[in-house]
Parts: sequence; C-alpha cells; structure tokens
Amino acid sequence: MIDTPDEPVPAGELVLSLRGVSKNFGAVSALTDIDLDVHAGEVVALVGDNGAGKSTLVKILAGVHQPSSGIISFRGKQVTLADPSAALTLGIATVFQDLALCENLDIVANIFLGRELSPLRLDEVAMEVRAWTLLNELSARIPSVREVVASLSGGQRQTVAIARSLLLEPKLILLDEPTAALGVAQTAEVLNLIERVRDRGLGVVIISHNMEDVRAVADRIVVLRLGRNNGIFSPDASNQELVSAITGASNNSVSRRAERRQAQTARQDQTQEPRP
Amino acid sequence: MSREAEQAAPVPPQLDRADVRVKHEAGIGGAIRRFFDRVRSGDLGSLPVIVGLVIIWTVFASINPIFLSSSNLVNLLFDCSTVGVIALGIVCVLMVGEIDLSVGSISGFASAMVGTLWVNQGWPVALAILAAVAVGGFIGALYALLFNRLGMPSFVSTLAGLLAVLGLQLYILGSTGSINLPYGSNLVNFGQLLMMPKFVSFGLAAVPGIVMLVTGLRTVTRRRAANLSAPSTGGLVTRAVVITVILELIVFYLNQARGIPWMFGLFVGLVISMHYALTRTKWGRSMSAVGGNREAARRAGINVRLIYSSAFVLCSMLAAFGGVLSAARLASASQQAGTGDVNLNAIAAAVIGGTSLFGGRGSAYSALLGIIVIQSIASGLTLLDLSSSLRYMITGAVLAIAVIVDSLARRSRVSHGRA
Repeated sequence: MIDTPDEPVPAGELVLSLRGVSKNFGAVSALTDIDLDVHAGEVVALVGDNGAGKSTLVKILAGVHQPSSGIISFRGKQVTLADPSAALTLGIATVFQDLALCENLDIVANIFLGRELSPLRLDEVAMEVRAWTLLNELSARIPSVREVVASLSGGQRQTVAIARSLLLEPKLILLDEPTAALGVAQTAEVLNLIERVRDRGLGVVIISHNMEDVRAVADRIVVLRLGRNNGIFSPDASNQELVSAITGASNNSVSRRAERRQAQTARQDQTQEPRP
Repeated sequence: MSREAEQAAPVPPQLDRADVRVKHEAGIGGAIRRFFDRVRSGDLGSLPVIVGLVIIWTVFASINPIFLSSSNLVNLLFDCSTVGVIALGIVCVLMVGEIDLSVGSISGFASAMVGTLWVNQGWPVALAILAAVAVGGFIGALYALLFNRLGMPSFVSTLAGLLAVLGLQLYILGSTGSINLPYGSNLVNFGQLLMMPKFVSFGLAAVPGIVMLVTGLRTVTRRRAANLSAPSTGGLVTRAVVITVILELIVFYLNQARGIPWMFGLFVGLVISMHYALTRTKWGRSMSAVGGNREAARRAGINVRLIYSSAFVLCSMLAAFGGVLSAARLASASQQAGTGDVNLNAIAAAVIGGTSLFGGRGSAYSALLGIIVIQSIASGLTLLDLSSSLRYMITGAVLAIAVIVDSLARRSRVSHGRA
C-alpha cells in the first residue's frame, strides 16, 4: 500500500509506470501493450491522432476505465485504480478538457467544491486563504477570488481548474487538452502554469494536438498510434519526425514540404558555393 | 513588475488586495458606488422586489389608507405565513433548476389528512401533522425517484402529481367535502390568534442585528489575522444599528394592533434556517453547484442524485406543512384547499423574490419578500372590493414583470460577464 500522498517525492523519482497496459472495448483493442514512465518534476506529452488512445489512457489513469491487462505502478508499488476517487486518494489529479466549473459560484467555492472545510459551518476565511495560496504559488493573475467563474477568461478558468486539482496535493497531474480553445496569450499563460506545476515537483502528463505547445513545455513526447507506443521523442525532434510517427506515413504534406525546403536550401548552397 | 513591487513595498499587500488591476472602494461612498456598479451589471439582488413593494404599497395606501393600518398588516402577516412556507420549498427545487407544480395539491392533501386523522379519527394533533408532513416527504421522494432513476422531467412528474394528489385529497375527504377544525383548539388558535407578547417581539427584533454584529466582528478579526481585507468595524456597526432600528420600528408599528403572529415568527424562523443551510453549509453549496452545472458537481464528487432528492423531499414536506398551516388559518380542511391560485402564488413568490427559474441562483429570503408582495396585492385588491378576476389578472401581470426583470438582469449579467 502507498504510505500517504502527502509524503514529499524526491526529485526525479519514478512516479508512474505503466507496463504492457491494454484495454479492449469488446472486439476493439483501444490500447495494446502501452509502456509509459513519468518522473517527478517532468512533463510528458502524450500525442497521437484522433483515436490513437490518448483519452482512453488518461481515463485509465484517472480511474474512469480499468485496464484489461497490464501493470500500473505508482511510486514503485503496483496499484489498481478502481474508480476516480481511488486515483484521487493515491495522488493522481485530472483536469478534463471541459474544465467542469460551476459558473454561478465564485472561485473559492469552485476550488473547494465537494471538499468544503467544516461542512456544517463553512469556513470561508480558511478556504479563501488556501485559495489565494494555491493561486499565488501558480503566480496566477486572478484579480479576486470572490468573482464568479462566469466573469473569467478561458485561461483564468484553466488556472482555476488546475488550482483545484492541486488542492489535494497530488503527485501526478493529468491535463487533457489544456490549451484547446484558448487564445495566444492565454495559451502562453497556461504553458507557464504547467512549468510552475512541474517546478513544484509534480509529474505532469499533458495531452495535446498542438505540436508547438507540446514542444514548448514537454520534457519527453510519447507518441501513440492506433493504441500502441510509436516512439518517444525529445522536444527538439523535428516536426516531420513527430508527424510521421503520429500518422505512420513518411509521405505527407509536412514531409513533402520539408523535403522541398531541404532540396531548395541544398540548391541555394550549390549556387552560392562557387562564389568567393 | 518593478513598479508594482515598489508601490506594494511600504505595506505588505493583503492577500486579496495584491492585484493592482482591481478597484477596491472603501468607506460609505465606496459602498454606495459598489452597490450601483453591482446593480448596473445586472446583479440586482432584492432591489426589484423592494422597489416593487414600495410602489404597490404607495398605490394601495393612497387609494385606501386602511391598507397600511397595523391591523391590516397583521392580517397580511398571517396570510403570508401559509403560502410563504410553500414558497420556501419552491426556492429549494428552483435552486437545483427543477420545479414542483404540485405544491398546491400537496398542501391541500396535507390539510385534508390533518382534518381526517385528527378530527374524524381522533389522532393526537401533533401525530396527525407529523403524518401529513411525512406523506408529503414521501411524495417528494417519489418525484425524486422518477427524476433520478427514470429521467422523468420534474415538470411532467409534478404535473401528474398535481392531478393525482388532488384526487387523493378528494378521496380522503369523502362525500362531505369539508371538515371543520374545532375552534379553540391549539392548532386553530395558532393559525388565527396566537400573538407574540410585546417584549418577546421586541426582543426577537433585536436578535438579527446582534447576531450580525457578533458574527461580523468575528469574521473581521479572523480575516485580519489571515491577512485578508476586512470590512470596517464602523460600517458593520452602522449596518447592524440600521437593521435593528428598522426591525424595531416595524415591530412597534405592528404592536399598535394585535402584534406579531407566532405563525409568522415560525415562517421567518424557517426562512432564516433555510438561508443558513443554503449559504453556509456544504449541502447548500452543493445545491447551487448542481443548479449551476450538474456535470461539474458530479465530477467534484457531489452525490447529485442525493441533492436532487433532498430538494424534492424538502419542497414537498414544506408544501405539506404550509397546507397544515393554512388549514389552521381557515379552521377547515376542504376540497378547495390548495386549489386555485395557491400553486402559482407560491411559485410566483419565489420568482418575484429573485430566485431564478433557471437554477443556481436564489435565496431563502426571496420566499419572504415575494410572498409579501403577492399578499399585499391580494389584500389591497380585497380592500378595494375588486373581484378575484381582477386579482388574478393583476397578480399574473406582476409575475410577468418579475420574470421580465429577471431575464433583463440576466442579459445584463451576460454582457458584463457575470452570468
């Protein structure tokens, strides 16, 4: 059994490790023999095409689905994630794509939703202090925690959702498409936020379709294709490599354009060479 | 960045005052400006209902001065208490974004049950009331079951309930159609005569101000200790004094006539308890959350089904209890009890008071304020000797205006990013 989720995690410790995880929905195998490692203080990006199994994998880690086979180890010990609360108590927090915030409630109420302090006589002061502490640790730019969530921008809402997931002091945080539907400035804000979460020593798994964002924050990029591992890349891998790993085809518009560009530069080099 | 830091350097900023982008108004002028800002952005609170009440009272008082006489107002309070308790239940279901259209029938059925069990069967009165309220709760649990397990919209299930429960009421009343409750019994006295002694009413009127002051001062100390901004002590004292003076004046005026009915005291007590439960407990927070975004509430680990059930059961129980009170008020349980405008009055009261039909926004006080508006109209029109046809039309118009105000305020909130 895991001791307590509050125990500090040494930097670089292996937080989560999947070995040979498979998931079948009837005749469809959504995931086959997936291996995945996440260390403390590391951002792992999970990329793949639609239907590659990213969301299924996140749902398994969040305890929503159970794997058909395979081993999940959390902080060195084998665990079963029977339901979402089991994942939460272990220290795995998930921020789903559609944030799930109550727009009619203020930020404090949203952060503490379902985990209010002293249920029969809500401790608003303690909750507000804790909310500010969390938001300040994330250097979040939230003007007031007593504003209703309806008045917040998309990036600020993402901040609130992430702050809420940090409330239970998780060791691993899963972000499903954190930058989808966000503007340029707000995307930058969220990417900063992810770095700060990592700097707090948490393991971070992000799912994204946006290669720019992935390369901006990820320490490792794990590519899934048709429910299988299809390579692990470093963030300075070229777009071409990533796209061909994701799509499985080396002949696509990205690779063709890259080839053309290469050929062009080669030609320019040739024409420039004779000159002194 | 550096400029911000320099500005903040002399005094360490309070946790919630660190952001320089937000204006923080201080003092009385600031409080007034803040109030106008809030109203302009569509966060009206109880303002429309209070303005409406002032208009209604001015109109009726100018037509017939008896309207504002203390004896008429005392009668008004008696009438408010019965439907007001039902409206309080409606606030509960509206908070979670559902509706109960059968509260009138349930109240009539409860009064019939008390009449039959107590007068005809000879049960002790307390037991009869308890049974009526319990059956009310059972009906609510049935709605909750239909809603949670079968996905039946509450609109339809309670509409079916309206008819079915009315049938039950007629069935248990039998062919006689009406049961008179004995005059002189405690229940009828409570519904018609029982007044607070003057010193009790004056004492109770001082309680809100004192409680406000004590809890307010405690919050201020705790917030200061936690490095949060806190309202000024002076403002707090002023507010408590103003509220106490207003309440004592009202009590003094009503004490010129018969005084404050115990039944109204009971109603206000229920309103205050409900207000506490909705705003200061985890249950209340969950109610708002479920009304605002059901899926978010579910993912936050709230037992959504249980919250819906609690709302339906509480609404039906309060409706049944309101029915018992109105039986006491009328000293009879009849086939007419709970029919006619009871249903709509209860729902209208909650909406006029400012509880949103769309869920997630509302307050227990809206039942109190709303029912005072509704009963004022009813009482004023009765004094003018107008027929119930006109009364229905005018009450309908007021309800329409209330919903229009709610919708406009909602639109304004959307455009100010607060919806």
